[in-house]
Amino acid sequence: MAGTYDINNDLRDIETPVILFQNVNKDYQKGTHAINNISFEIRKGEFVFIVGSSGSGKSTLIKLMLKEIKPTSGKVFVAGRELSRLKRWQVCKYRRTIGVVFQDFRLLPDRTVFENVAFAQRVIESPAREIRRQTPKMLSIVGLSEKHKSYPKELSGGEQQRVALARALVNNPVMLLADEPTGNLDPKNSWEIMRLLEEVNKRGTTVVVVTHNREIVDAMQKRVITMKNGVLISDNKKGGYAHAKN
Amino acid sequence: MPKISTIIYSVKQGTKNIKRNRMFSLASVGTITTCLFLFGIFYCILMNFQHIIKNAEQGVSVTVFFNEGITSQEIELIGEKIGQRVEVAKYDFVSAEAAWEEYKNTKLDPEHAASFGDDNPLENSAHYIVYLNDVEMQEVLVRYLQSIPGVRQVNNSEAIADVLSGVNKGLAFGTTAIIVILLGVAVFLISTTVTMGISVRRQEISIMKLIGATDFFIRAPFIVEGIIIGLVGAILPLGLLHVLYNKGIHYLMTSFSSPLKKADFIATGTMFKTLIPVCLLIGVGIGFLGSFITLGKQLRKIN
Repeated sequence: MAGTYDINNDLRDIETPVILFQNVNKDYQKGTHAINNISFEIRKGEFVFIVGSSGSGKSTLIKLMLKEIKPTSGKVFVAGRELSRLKRWQVCKYRRTIGVVFQDFRLLPDRTVFENVAFAQRVIESPAREIRRQTPKMLSIVGLSEKHKSYPKELSGGEQQRVALARALVNNPVMLLADEPTGNLDPKNSWEIMRLLEEVNKRGTTVVVVTHNREIVDAMQKRVITMKNGVLISDNKKGGYAHAKN
Repeated sequence: MPKISTIIYSVKQGTKNIKRNRMFSLASVGTITTCLFLFGIFYCILMNFQHIIKNAEQGVSVTVFFNEGITSQEIELIGEKIGQRVEVAKYDFVSAEAAWEEYKNTKLDPEHAASFGDDNPLENSAHYIVYLNDVEMQEVLVRYLQSIPGVRQVNNSEAIADVLSGVNKGLAFGTTAIIVILLGVAVFLISTTVTMGISVRRQEISIMKLIGATDFFIRAPFIVEGIIIGLVGAILPLGLLHVLYNKGIHYLMTSFSSPLKKADFIATGTMFKTLIPVCLLIGVGIGFLGSFITLGKQLRKIN
Protein backbone atom coordinates (compact mmCIF):
# COMPACT_ATOMS: atom_id res chain seq x y z
CA MET A 1 0.00 0.00 0.00
CA ALA A 2 1.39 3.41 -0.97
CA GLY A 3 2.74 5.39 1.94
CA THR A 4 2.75 2.47 4.36
CA TYR A 5 5.82 2.53 6.53
CA ASP A 6 7.69 -0.76 6.81
CA ILE A 7 10.81 -0.23 8.84
CA ASN A 8 12.03 -3.72 8.10
CA ASN A 9 12.18 -3.05 4.34
CA ASP A 10 13.50 0.45 4.86
CA LEU A 11 16.35 -0.87 6.99
CA ARG A 12 17.29 -3.53 4.50
CA ASP A 13 17.08 -1.47 1.34
CA ILE A 14 18.31 1.99 2.14
CA GLU A 15 21.50 3.70 1.18
CA THR A 16 20.90 6.35 3.85
CA PRO A 17 22.57 5.75 7.24
CA VAL A 18 21.21 2.84 9.27
CA ILE A 19 21.71 4.93 12.40
CA LEU A 20 21.96 8.71 12.54
CA PHE A 21 22.42 10.68 15.79
CA GLN A 22 21.81 14.44 15.44
CA ASN A 23 22.87 16.62 18.37
CA VAL A 24 21.54 14.11 20.88
CA ASN A 25 21.52 14.89 24.61
CA LYS A 26 20.34 12.61 27.34
CA ASP A 27 19.90 13.73 30.94
CA TYR A 28 18.67 11.30 33.55
CA GLN A 29 16.23 12.41 36.24
CA LYS A 30 18.95 12.46 38.88
CA GLY A 31 20.51 15.31 36.93
CA THR A 32 23.25 13.21 35.33
CA HIS A 33 24.20 14.27 31.80
CA ALA A 34 24.65 10.85 30.21
CA ILE A 35 25.50 12.15 26.73
CA ASN A 36 26.11 15.65 25.44
CA ASN A 37 25.41 16.83 21.92
CA ILE A 38 26.35 13.61 20.15
CA SER A 39 26.22 13.40 16.34
CA PHE A 40 27.36 10.48 14.19
CA GLU A 41 26.08 8.07 11.61
CA ILE A 42 26.49 4.37 10.99
CA ARG A 43 26.07 3.04 7.48
CA LYS A 44 24.76 -0.29 6.34
CA GLY A 45 27.29 -3.12 6.68
CA GLU A 46 29.69 -1.25 8.96
CA PHE A 47 31.45 -2.79 11.98
CA VAL A 48 31.75 -0.11 14.66
CA PHE A 49 33.33 -0.20 18.10
CA ILE A 50 32.09 2.28 20.68
CA VAL A 51 34.73 2.60 23.38
CA GLY A 52 35.24 4.63 26.51
CA SER A 53 35.57 4.27 30.24
CA SER A 54 32.67 3.43 32.58
CA GLY A 55 30.08 6.21 32.69
CA SER A 56 31.22 7.67 29.38
CA GLY A 57 27.73 7.16 27.88
CA LYS A 58 28.35 4.08 25.72
CA SER A 59 25.45 2.04 27.06
CA THR A 60 23.15 5.07 26.83
CA LEU A 61 23.87 5.14 23.09
CA ILE A 62 22.79 1.50 22.83
CA LYS A 63 19.63 2.19 24.83
CA LEU A 64 18.80 5.12 22.57
CA MET A 65 19.34 2.95 19.49
CA LEU A 66 16.99 0.34 20.93
CA LYS A 67 14.45 3.03 21.84
CA GLU A 68 14.56 1.85 25.43
CA ILE A 69 14.94 5.52 26.37
CA LYS A 70 14.16 8.80 24.64
CA PRO A 71 16.69 11.56 24.06
CA THR A 72 16.24 14.70 26.14
CA SER A 73 16.92 16.67 22.98
CA GLY A 74 18.19 15.98 19.49
CA LYS A 75 17.10 13.26 17.11
CA VAL A 76 17.92 9.60 16.58
CA PHE A 77 17.10 8.34 13.09
CA VAL A 78 16.95 4.73 12.02
CA ALA A 79 16.65 4.10 8.31
CA GLY A 80 15.79 7.76 7.84
CA ARG A 81 12.94 7.57 10.32
CA GLU A 82 13.04 9.44 13.62
CA LEU A 83 12.74 6.92 16.46
CA SER A 84 10.76 9.19 18.77
CA ARG A 85 8.03 9.31 16.11
CA LEU A 86 7.63 5.55 15.93
CA LYS A 87 4.25 4.34 17.10
CA ARG A 88 4.11 1.65 19.77
CA TRP A 89 3.39 -1.13 17.28
CA GLN A 90 6.19 0.12 15.05
CA VAL A 91 8.69 -0.11 17.92
CA CYS A 92 8.27 -3.87 18.20
CA LYS A 93 8.56 -4.23 14.41
CA TYR A 94 11.69 -2.08 14.52
CA ARG A 95 13.26 -4.14 17.29
CA ARG A 96 12.74 -7.32 15.28
CA THR A 97 15.32 -6.02 12.85
CA ILE A 98 17.93 -5.62 15.57
CA GLY A 99 19.83 -8.33 17.42
CA VAL A 100 21.07 -7.52 20.91
CA VAL A 101 23.81 -9.13 23.00
CA PHE A 102 24.57 -8.13 26.58
CA GLN A 103 27.54 -8.56 28.89
CA ASP A 104 25.42 -10.61 31.33
CA PHE A 105 24.03 -12.80 28.49
CA ARG A 106 20.40 -12.45 29.72
CA LEU A 107 19.46 -16.04 28.97
CA LEU A 108 16.34 -17.58 30.46
CA PRO A 109 17.68 -19.88 33.17
CA ASP A 110 14.71 -22.25 33.15
CA ARG A 111 14.99 -23.01 29.42
CA THR A 112 17.42 -25.10 27.47
CA VAL A 113 19.87 -23.73 24.93
CA PHE A 114 17.50 -24.73 22.14
CA GLU A 115 14.51 -23.11 23.86
CA ASN A 116 16.43 -19.90 24.50
CA VAL A 117 17.24 -19.52 20.82
CA ALA A 118 13.78 -20.67 19.72
CA PHE A 119 12.29 -18.13 22.15
CA ALA A 120 13.44 -15.24 19.95
CA GLN A 121 11.56 -16.74 17.02
CA ARG A 122 8.56 -17.67 19.11
CA VAL A 123 8.30 -14.06 20.30
CA ILE A 124 7.99 -12.77 16.75
CA GLU A 125 5.48 -15.51 16.03
CA SER A 126 7.58 -17.47 13.53
CA PRO A 127 5.91 -20.69 12.34
CA ALA A 128 6.88 -23.81 14.32
CA ARG A 129 8.42 -25.37 11.20
CA GLU A 130 10.64 -22.33 10.72
CA ILE A 131 11.70 -22.51 14.39
CA ARG A 132 12.61 -26.19 14.05
CA ARG A 133 14.63 -25.45 10.93
CA GLN A 134 16.36 -22.22 11.93
CA THR A 135 17.30 -22.92 15.57
CA PRO A 136 19.61 -25.93 14.95
CA LYS A 137 21.18 -24.05 12.05
CA MET A 138 22.02 -21.10 14.27
CA LEU A 139 23.32 -23.36 17.07
CA SER A 140 25.55 -25.03 14.54
CA ILE A 141 26.97 -21.64 13.44
CA VAL A 142 27.91 -20.76 17.03
CA GLY A 143 29.22 -24.30 17.64
CA LEU A 144 26.70 -25.40 20.25
CA SER A 145 24.73 -28.07 18.42
CA GLU A 146 25.68 -30.73 20.92
CA LYS A 147 24.63 -28.65 23.89
CA HIS A 148 21.12 -27.87 22.70
CA LYS A 149 19.57 -29.68 25.65
CA SER A 150 21.78 -28.01 28.28
CA TYR A 151 20.56 -25.29 30.61
CA PRO A 152 22.47 -21.98 30.85
CA LYS A 153 23.89 -22.82 34.29
CA GLU A 154 25.53 -25.92 32.78
CA LEU A 155 27.48 -23.79 30.26
CA SER A 156 30.67 -21.75 30.53
CA GLY A 157 30.54 -17.95 30.14
CA GLY A 158 31.76 -18.18 26.56
CA GLU A 159 29.15 -20.77 25.70
CA GLN A 160 26.40 -18.69 27.29
CA GLN A 161 27.44 -15.70 25.24
CA ARG A 162 27.39 -17.83 22.10
CA VAL A 163 23.81 -18.85 22.94
CA ALA A 164 22.96 -15.17 23.39
CA LEU A 165 24.57 -14.46 20.02
CA ALA A 166 22.61 -17.27 18.36
CA ARG A 167 19.42 -15.83 19.86
CA ALA A 168 20.31 -12.35 18.58
CA LEU A 169 21.02 -13.63 15.07
CA VAL A 170 18.31 -16.23 14.62
CA ASN A 171 15.81 -13.71 13.23
CA ASN A 172 18.31 -12.50 10.63
CA PRO A 173 18.69 -8.94 12.00
CA VAL A 174 19.85 -6.01 9.89
CA MET A 175 21.89 -4.65 12.76
CA LEU A 176 23.52 -6.31 15.77
CA LEU A 177 24.10 -4.30 18.94
CA ALA A 178 26.52 -5.88 21.42
CA ASP A 179 26.90 -4.22 24.81
CA GLU A 180 30.22 -5.38 26.34
CA PRO A 181 29.84 -8.86 24.81
CA THR A 182 33.26 -9.97 26.08
CA GLY A 183 33.04 -8.28 29.47
CA ASN A 184 32.60 -11.55 31.37
CA LEU A 185 34.76 -13.75 29.17
CA ASP A 186 38.37 -14.93 29.15
CA PRO A 187 40.57 -13.92 26.19
CA LYS A 188 40.06 -17.17 24.29
CA ASN A 189 36.26 -16.96 24.51
CA SER A 190 36.38 -13.22 23.82
CA TRP A 191 38.17 -13.83 20.55
CA GLU A 192 35.74 -16.60 19.67
CA ILE A 193 32.83 -14.18 20.11
CA MET A 194 34.59 -11.47 18.09
CA ARG A 195 35.30 -13.95 15.31
CA LEU A 196 31.59 -14.78 15.19
CA LEU A 197 30.64 -11.09 15.15
CA GLU A 198 33.04 -10.47 12.28
CA GLU A 199 31.54 -13.40 10.43
CA VAL A 200 28.06 -11.96 10.94
CA ASN A 201 29.28 -8.57 9.66
CA LYS A 202 30.78 -10.15 6.55
CA ARG A 203 27.33 -11.52 5.72
CA GLY A 204 26.02 -7.95 5.58
CA THR A 205 24.77 -7.29 9.10
CA THR A 206 25.73 -3.94 10.59
CA VAL A 207 27.52 -4.61 13.89
CA VAL A 208 27.90 -2.11 16.74
CA VAL A 209 30.02 -3.30 19.65
CA VAL A 210 30.36 -1.39 22.92
CA THR A 211 33.52 -2.57 24.65
CA HIS A 212 36.36 -1.90 27.08
CA ASN A 213 38.58 -4.50 25.48
CA ARG A 214 41.56 -2.56 24.17
CA GLU A 215 43.35 -5.61 22.81
CA ILE A 216 40.44 -6.63 20.61
CA VAL A 217 39.75 -3.10 19.35
CA ASP A 218 43.41 -2.59 18.49
CA ALA A 219 43.70 -5.91 16.73
CA MET A 220 40.55 -5.73 14.63
CA GLN A 221 41.21 -2.30 13.08
CA LYS A 222 37.58 -1.34 12.59
CA ARG A 223 35.82 1.99 12.95
CA VAL A 224 36.13 3.25 16.54
CA ILE A 225 33.91 5.86 18.17
CA THR A 226 35.38 7.02 21.48
CA MET A 227 33.27 8.50 24.24
CA LYS A 228 34.39 10.38 27.32
CA ASN A 229 32.08 11.88 29.96
CA GLY A 230 29.14 11.73 27.59
CA VAL A 231 30.99 13.46 24.76
CA LEU A 232 32.09 11.88 21.48
CA ILE A 233 35.79 12.71 21.43
CA SER A 234 36.88 10.83 18.32
CA ASP A 235 35.51 8.81 15.42
CA ASN A 236 38.22 6.91 13.51
CA LYS A 237 37.22 5.08 10.38
CA LYS A 238 39.84 2.40 10.87
CA GLY A 239 41.78 2.42 14.05
CA GLY A 240 42.48 1.01 17.46
CA TYR A 241 41.75 1.88 21.04
CA ALA A 242 45.16 3.40 21.57
CA HIS A 243 44.91 5.27 18.33
CA ALA A 244 41.55 6.68 19.39
CA LYS A 245 42.99 8.03 22.60
CA ASN A 246 45.32 10.35 20.74
CA MET B 1 -5.35 -11.44 14.68
CA PRO B 2 -3.05 -13.65 16.77
CA LYS B 3 -1.84 -16.93 15.27
CA ILE B 4 -3.16 -20.22 16.64
CA SER B 5 0.41 -21.17 17.63
CA THR B 6 0.60 -17.93 19.67
CA ILE B 7 -2.67 -18.71 21.41
CA ILE B 8 -1.45 -22.24 22.24
CA TYR B 9 1.84 -20.79 23.46
CA SER B 10 -0.02 -18.26 25.65
CA VAL B 11 -2.18 -20.97 27.20
CA LYS B 12 0.92 -23.11 27.90
CA GLN B 13 2.80 -20.18 29.39
CA GLY B 14 -0.24 -19.10 31.42
CA THR B 15 -0.49 -22.61 32.88
CA LYS B 16 3.25 -22.61 33.58
CA ASN B 17 2.92 -19.25 35.35
CA ILE B 18 0.29 -20.72 37.63
CA LYS B 19 2.58 -23.63 38.49
CA ARG B 20 5.54 -21.35 39.04
CA ASN B 21 3.62 -19.09 41.42
CA ARG B 22 1.84 -22.02 42.98
CA MET B 23 1.29 -20.40 46.36
CA PHE B 24 -0.05 -17.11 45.04
CA SER B 25 -2.17 -18.88 42.47
CA LEU B 26 -3.65 -21.07 45.20
CA ALA B 27 -4.28 -18.00 47.36
CA SER B 28 -6.07 -16.29 44.45
CA VAL B 29 -8.13 -19.37 43.62
CA GLY B 30 -8.94 -19.66 47.34
CA THR B 31 -10.07 -16.06 47.55
CA ILE B 32 -12.22 -16.20 44.46
CA THR B 33 -13.66 -19.51 45.66
CA THR B 34 -14.48 -17.92 49.02
CA CYS B 35 -15.97 -14.83 47.39
CA LEU B 36 -18.09 -16.78 44.96
CA PHE B 37 -19.06 -19.28 47.63
CA LEU B 38 -20.30 -16.46 49.85
CA PHE B 39 -21.84 -14.79 46.84
CA GLY B 40 -23.58 -18.06 46.00
CA ILE B 41 -24.88 -18.45 49.55
CA PHE B 42 -26.22 -14.90 49.60
CA TYR B 43 -27.63 -15.36 46.14
CA CYS B 44 -29.44 -18.56 47.11
CA ILE B 45 -30.77 -17.01 50.32
CA LEU B 46 -31.82 -13.82 48.55
CA MET B 47 -33.49 -15.62 45.67
CA ASN B 48 -35.35 -17.97 48.01
CA PHE B 49 -36.31 -15.10 50.27
CA GLN B 50 -37.61 -13.13 47.30
CA HIS B 51 -39.39 -16.24 46.09
CA ILE B 52 -41.05 -16.70 49.47
CA ILE B 53 -41.85 -12.99 49.71
CA LYS B 54 -43.28 -13.07 46.20
CA ASN B 55 -45.55 -15.87 47.32
CA ALA B 56 -46.49 -13.83 50.40
CA GLU B 57 -47.07 -10.78 48.23
CA GLN B 58 -49.46 -12.76 46.13
CA GLY B 59 -51.52 -13.17 49.30
CA VAL B 60 -51.66 -9.41 49.83
CA SER B 61 -54.87 -8.16 48.34
CA VAL B 62 -57.04 -5.08 48.01
CA THR B 63 -60.81 -5.33 48.46
CA VAL B 64 -63.10 -3.13 46.36
CA PHE B 65 -66.70 -2.53 47.53
CA PHE B 66 -69.39 -0.94 45.39
CA ASN B 67 -72.05 1.71 45.88
CA GLU B 68 -75.49 0.55 46.95
CA GLY B 69 -77.85 -0.23 44.11
CA ILE B 70 -75.11 -0.77 41.54
CA THR B 71 -76.08 -2.96 38.59
CA SER B 72 -74.24 -6.16 37.64
CA GLN B 73 -73.23 -4.55 34.31
CA GLU B 74 -71.59 -1.67 36.21
CA ILE B 75 -69.78 -4.18 38.46
CA GLU B 76 -68.51 -6.01 35.37
CA LEU B 77 -67.33 -2.71 33.89
CA ILE B 78 -65.39 -1.95 37.09
CA GLY B 79 -63.90 -5.45 36.87
CA GLU B 80 -62.71 -4.82 33.32
CA LYS B 81 -61.08 -1.56 34.37
CA ILE B 82 -59.30 -3.32 37.23
CA GLY B 83 -58.15 -6.11 34.93
CA GLN B 84 -56.47 -3.64 32.56
CA ARG B 85 -54.12 -2.28 35.24
CA VAL B 86 -50.44 -3.40 35.14
CA GLU B 87 -50.31 -3.58 38.94
CA VAL B 88 -52.94 -6.31 39.00
CA ALA B 89 -51.91 -9.98 38.98
CA LYS B 90 -55.50 -11.26 39.16
CA TYR B 91 -58.88 -10.32 40.62
CA ASP B 92 -61.79 -12.38 41.88
CA PHE B 93 -65.42 -11.37 42.25
CA VAL B 94 -67.13 -12.29 45.51
CA SER B 95 -70.95 -11.93 45.47
CA ALA B 96 -72.91 -10.75 48.53
CA GLU B 97 -74.18 -14.32 48.98
CA ALA B 98 -70.72 -15.82 48.85
CA ALA B 99 -69.44 -13.18 51.28
CA TRP B 100 -72.23 -13.96 53.78
CA GLU B 101 -71.70 -17.69 53.33
CA GLU B 102 -68.01 -17.38 54.12
CA TYR B 103 -68.67 -15.07 57.07
CA LYS B 104 -71.18 -17.52 58.49
CA ASN B 105 -68.80 -20.43 58.12
CA THR B 106 -65.77 -18.73 59.56
CA LYS B 107 -67.02 -16.19 62.13
CA LEU B 108 -70.34 -17.46 63.48
CA ASP B 109 -71.36 -20.59 65.35
CA PRO B 110 -74.04 -22.63 63.49
CA GLU B 111 -76.83 -21.77 65.93
CA HIS B 112 -76.21 -18.07 65.65
CA ALA B 113 -75.91 -18.30 61.89
CA ALA B 114 -79.21 -20.19 61.61
CA SER B 115 -81.00 -17.41 63.46
CA PHE B 116 -80.60 -15.14 60.42
CA GLY B 117 -82.70 -17.48 58.29
CA ASP B 118 -82.69 -16.32 54.63
CA ASP B 119 -81.68 -12.76 55.49
CA ASN B 120 -78.32 -11.56 54.21
CA PRO B 121 -76.92 -8.83 56.46
CA LEU B 122 -74.06 -8.40 53.99
CA GLU B 123 -76.42 -7.55 51.15
CA ASN B 124 -74.25 -4.69 49.97
CA SER B 125 -70.99 -6.50 50.44
CA ALA B 126 -70.34 -7.85 46.95
CA HIS B 127 -66.72 -7.04 46.16
CA TYR B 128 -63.63 -7.67 44.06
CA ILE B 129 -60.49 -9.11 45.69
CA VAL B 130 -57.58 -7.70 43.72
CA TYR B 131 -54.14 -9.39 43.92
CA LEU B 132 -51.02 -7.37 43.09
CA ASN B 133 -47.91 -8.08 40.99
CA ASP B 134 -45.78 -6.10 43.43
CA VAL B 135 -46.74 -4.81 46.87
CA GLU B 136 -44.90 -1.57 46.21
CA MET B 137 -47.55 -0.73 43.61
CA GLN B 138 -50.36 -0.97 46.13
CA GLU B 139 -50.60 2.74 46.91
CA VAL B 140 -50.92 3.76 43.26
CA LEU B 141 -53.49 1.09 42.58
CA VAL B 142 -55.61 2.00 45.62
CA ARG B 143 -55.66 5.64 44.52
CA TYR B 144 -56.85 4.57 41.09
CA LEU B 145 -59.49 2.19 42.45
CA GLN B 146 -60.91 4.90 44.70
CA SER B 147 -61.35 7.14 41.66
CA ILE B 148 -63.50 4.64 39.72
CA PRO B 149 -67.18 5.69 39.67
CA GLY B 150 -69.38 3.20 41.54
CA VAL B 151 -66.63 2.24 44.00
CA ARG B 152 -67.70 2.89 47.59
CA GLN B 153 -64.72 1.71 49.57
CA VAL B 154 -61.26 0.21 49.02
CA ASN B 155 -59.73 -1.82 51.86
CA ASN B 156 -56.00 -2.54 51.93
CA SER B 157 -53.21 -3.28 54.34
CA GLU B 158 -50.45 -0.69 54.03
CA ALA B 159 -48.50 -2.18 56.94
CA ILE B 160 -47.94 -5.56 55.25
CA ALA B 161 -47.01 -3.92 51.97
CA ASP B 162 -44.53 -1.60 53.70
CA VAL B 163 -42.87 -4.42 55.66
CA LEU B 164 -42.48 -6.68 52.65
CA SER B 165 -41.18 -3.89 50.46
CA GLY B 166 -38.72 -2.81 53.21
CA VAL B 167 -37.37 -6.34 53.67
CA ASN B 168 -36.89 -6.66 49.92
CA LYS B 169 -34.94 -3.40 49.65
CA GLY B 170 -32.83 -4.10 52.77
CA LEU B 171 -31.86 -7.55 51.57
CA ALA B 172 -30.93 -6.37 48.10
CA PHE B 173 -28.86 -3.48 49.47
CA GLY B 174 -27.03 -5.58 52.08
CA THR B 175 -26.26 -8.35 49.64
CA THR B 176 -25.01 -5.98 46.97
CA ALA B 177 -22.72 -4.23 49.46
CA ILE B 178 -21.19 -7.50 50.69
CA ILE B 179 -20.71 -8.84 47.18
CA VAL B 180 -19.06 -5.63 45.96
CA ILE B 181 -16.60 -5.72 48.88
CA LEU B 182 -15.79 -9.40 48.28
CA LEU B 183 -15.27 -8.88 44.57
CA GLY B 184 -12.96 -5.97 45.32
CA VAL B 185 -10.84 -8.23 47.53
CA ALA B 186 -10.74 -10.85 44.77
CA VAL B 187 -9.59 -8.34 42.15
CA PHE B 188 -6.88 -7.12 44.54
CA LEU B 189 -5.59 -10.66 45.09
CA ILE B 190 -5.56 -11.51 41.39
CA SER B 191 -3.68 -8.29 40.82
CA THR B 192 -1.11 -9.28 43.47
CA THR B 193 -0.68 -12.70 41.87
CA VAL B 194 -0.13 -11.22 38.44
CA THR B 195 2.28 -8.62 39.87
CA MET B 196 4.27 -11.45 41.45
CA GLY B 197 4.21 -13.34 38.16
CA ILE B 198 5.49 -10.28 36.32
CA SER B 199 8.27 -9.64 38.83
CA VAL B 200 9.39 -13.28 38.59
CA ARG B 201 9.40 -13.01 34.79
CA ARG B 202 10.78 -9.47 34.65
CA GLN B 203 13.91 -10.51 32.77
CA GLU B 204 11.95 -12.65 30.34
CA ILE B 205 9.54 -9.78 29.62
CA SER B 206 12.42 -7.37 29.19
CA ILE B 207 14.05 -9.75 26.68
CA MET B 208 10.72 -10.19 24.90
CA LYS B 209 10.37 -6.43 24.53
CA LEU B 210 13.92 -6.07 23.21
CA ILE B 211 13.43 -8.86 20.68
CA GLY B 212 10.24 -7.22 19.41
CA ALA B 213 7.34 -9.06 21.02
CA THR B 214 3.96 -7.45 20.53
CA ASP B 215 1.96 -6.26 23.53
CA PHE B 216 -0.50 -9.06 22.91
CA PHE B 217 2.24 -11.69 22.99
CA ILE B 218 3.57 -10.39 26.31
CA ARG B 219 0.19 -9.90 27.94
CA ALA B 220 -1.66 -12.98 26.75
CA PRO B 221 -0.06 -15.55 29.12
CA PHE B 222 -0.88 -13.36 32.12
CA ILE B 223 -4.44 -12.83 30.95
CA VAL B 224 -4.74 -16.61 30.46
CA GLU B 225 -3.34 -17.07 33.97
CA GLY B 226 -5.98 -14.72 35.42
CA ILE B 227 -8.79 -16.35 33.48
CA ILE B 228 -7.77 -19.88 34.52
CA ILE B 229 -7.55 -18.79 38.17
CA GLY B 230 -10.98 -17.14 37.86
CA LEU B 231 -12.46 -20.18 36.15
CA VAL B 232 -11.17 -22.65 38.76
CA GLY B 233 -12.19 -20.21 41.48
CA ALA B 234 -15.73 -20.30 40.06
CA ILE B 235 -16.06 -24.03 39.41
CA LEU B 236 -15.02 -25.07 42.93
CA PRO B 237 -17.67 -23.07 44.84
CA LEU B 238 -20.33 -24.02 42.29
CA GLY B 239 -19.73 -27.70 43.00
CA LEU B 240 -19.72 -27.10 46.72
CA LEU B 241 -22.85 -24.93 46.60
CA HIS B 242 -24.70 -27.50 44.51
CA VAL B 243 -24.12 -30.21 47.11
CA LEU B 244 -24.88 -27.89 50.04
CA TYR B 245 -28.01 -26.42 48.45
CA ASN B 246 -29.44 -29.84 47.76
CA LYS B 247 -28.73 -31.03 51.29
CA GLY B 248 -29.80 -27.73 52.89
CA ILE B 249 -33.16 -27.59 51.13
CA HIS B 250 -33.76 -31.23 51.89
CA TYR B 251 -32.94 -30.67 55.57
CA LEU B 252 -35.13 -27.56 55.89
CA MET B 253 -38.08 -29.27 54.27
CA THR B 254 -37.83 -32.54 56.15
CA SER B 255 -36.42 -31.60 59.53
CA PHE B 256 -39.00 -32.08 62.24
CA SER B 257 -38.11 -28.85 64.03
CA SER B 258 -37.71 -26.65 60.94
CA PRO B 259 -39.96 -23.59 60.91
CA LEU B 260 -39.53 -23.53 57.13
CA LYS B 261 -41.02 -26.95 56.62
CA LYS B 262 -43.88 -25.63 54.52
CA ALA B 263 -41.86 -22.99 52.70
CA ASP B 264 -41.75 -23.18 48.91
CA PHE B 265 -38.02 -23.19 48.00
CA ILE B 266 -36.60 -22.74 44.50
CA ALA B 267 -35.64 -26.11 42.98
CA THR B 268 -31.88 -26.84 42.67
CA GLY B 269 -32.05 -27.06 38.88
CA THR B 270 -33.82 -23.71 38.54
CA MET B 271 -31.45 -22.03 40.98
CA PHE B 272 -28.25 -23.28 39.32
CA LYS B 273 -29.49 -22.52 35.82
CA THR B 274 -28.80 -18.88 36.70
CA LEU B 275 -26.09 -19.33 39.33
CA ILE B 276 -23.70 -21.31 37.09
CA PRO B 277 -23.40 -18.73 34.28
CA VAL B 278 -23.38 -15.85 36.78
CA CYS B 279 -20.53 -17.37 38.84
CA LEU B 280 -18.53 -18.38 35.76
CA LEU B 281 -18.92 -14.92 34.32
CA ILE B 282 -17.90 -13.24 37.58
CA GLY B 283 -14.92 -15.61 38.07
CA VAL B 284 -13.61 -15.20 34.53
CA GLY B 285 -14.41 -11.49 34.62
CA ILE B 286 -12.48 -10.95 37.85
CA GLY B 287 -9.55 -12.98 36.49
CA PHE B 288 -9.51 -11.05 33.25
CA LEU B 289 -9.96 -7.60 34.77
CA GLY B 290 -7.53 -8.22 37.64
CA SER B 291 -4.75 -9.30 35.28
CA PHE B 292 -5.56 -6.77 32.55
CA ILE B 293 -5.48 -3.74 34.84
CA THR B 294 -2.31 -4.93 36.61
CA LEU B 295 -0.51 -5.67 33.35
CA GLY B 296 -1.05 -2.16 32.09
CA LYS B 297 0.54 -0.73 35.24
CA GLN B 298 3.38 -3.21 35.69
CA LEU B 299 4.55 -3.63 32.09
CA ARG B 300 5.12 0.10 31.72
CA LYS B 301 7.79 -0.23 34.41
CA ILE B 302 9.79 -2.71 32.31
CA ASN B 303 11.80 -1.37 29.37
